Amino acid sequence: MAPEEIAEALKERFGDRITDCVFETAHPHVFVEAEAWPEIAVFLRDDARLRLNVLRCISALDMLEDDQLVAVYDLYSARRPVSRNATWMMGPSCCVKIKVPRSDPHVPSVAGVWPAAQWHEREAYDLMGIVFDGHPDSVTDAAGLHPRRILCPDDWEGHPLRKDYRFPMEYNGIPAVTELDQTRPIH
Amino acid sequence: MSWIENRFEEGLIVTSLDWAINWGRRSSIWPMTFGLACCAIEMMAVGASRFDLDRFGAGAFRATPRQADLMIVAGTVTFKMAERVKRLYNQMPEPKYVMAMGACTVGGGPYFKNGYHVVKGVDLVVPVDIYVPGCPPRPETLLEGLMRLQDKIRHQTLARDRWSGAKEAALEKGEPAATA
Repeated sequence: MAPEEIAEALKERFGDRITDCVFETAHPHVFVEAEAWPEIAVFLRDDARLRLNVLRCISALDMLEDDQLVAVYDLYSARRPVSRNATWMMGPSCCVKIKVPRSDPHVPSVAGVWPAAQWHEREAYDLMGIVFDGHPDSVTDAAGLHPRRILCPDDWEGHPLRKDYRFPMEYNGIPAVTELDQTRPIH
Repeated sequence: MSWIENRFEEGLIVTSLDWAINWGRRSSIWPMTFGLACCAIEMMAVGASRFDLDRFGAGAFRATPRQADLMIVAGTVTFKMAERVKRLYNQMPEPKYVMAMGACTVGGGPYFKNGYHVVKGVDLVVPVDIYVPGCPPRPETLLEGLMRLQDKIRHQTLARDRWSGAKEAALEKGEPAATA
């Protein structure tokens, strides 16, 4: 199914929860509201025409100028038969993006829908700071209830891949930067 | 034994007992498997048949630090791993040696400028005896490092520091740094 058809199927079911569709790029995607995301996810996985049962990847974008964080979900259908002429990359796939404000980035977790989301959501929290509510492996600390970090240690401060991240000067007594006044990457 | 210290030049073997002990120690350095990243592949290649590590007596890789003499830190050390490196180093019995293998452990390697999670050199975490540079070092380089470590052990004597961490250990205990 082409991306337009997937967007049509979503719109006739969910109407105005689909906020935007972008098809002209190399990576066609639809924008979805954060609150409706769990039921949209279940629909994408279980609908007879779509059957997008594989979550390939969750990516996170830092739109500093718009003051937003974007979570990008790449979905793929392993069950639907692909036509003989379809190339591997252009198979039955779909991309969904969710925009959240940078000051309060909460997205409902879909770890119960696609099990691959468990680690990807932990990574998106660890490196970008998007908090996934309802993640099965959540812990509570000074930053609230959030998924457990996956790369950085549990007492790491900050989210390293944000554009305004400041390098730590030291961590638990081990010096962490190379120049004495370095706080950002040196390019 | 402080009257014997620093009376002899570097490299002079004091007693035949020293010679025998050092020969035994340098001919049976048992490393600990501590491959963290890509350098581990080269370490495996050194342990394999072409660049045989077993002919140096160092082919018995121990999985536990309690039975190991040498910790070959092969691979990038991150902050999360640094705590574990320290803990494993503390669990090794003396005399113990550390080899920093690869550019990442020698001084941060390719992650020197922009690595937010990389320890810029494992000598910020544990005391290092031998630095083996390379990215990754060829197996022959690792063997050269091992042979240099054997030379270092050959020149140890009961009348001087036994291993590089002896000073730190004595200072921690509050004793004078000169060892007997």
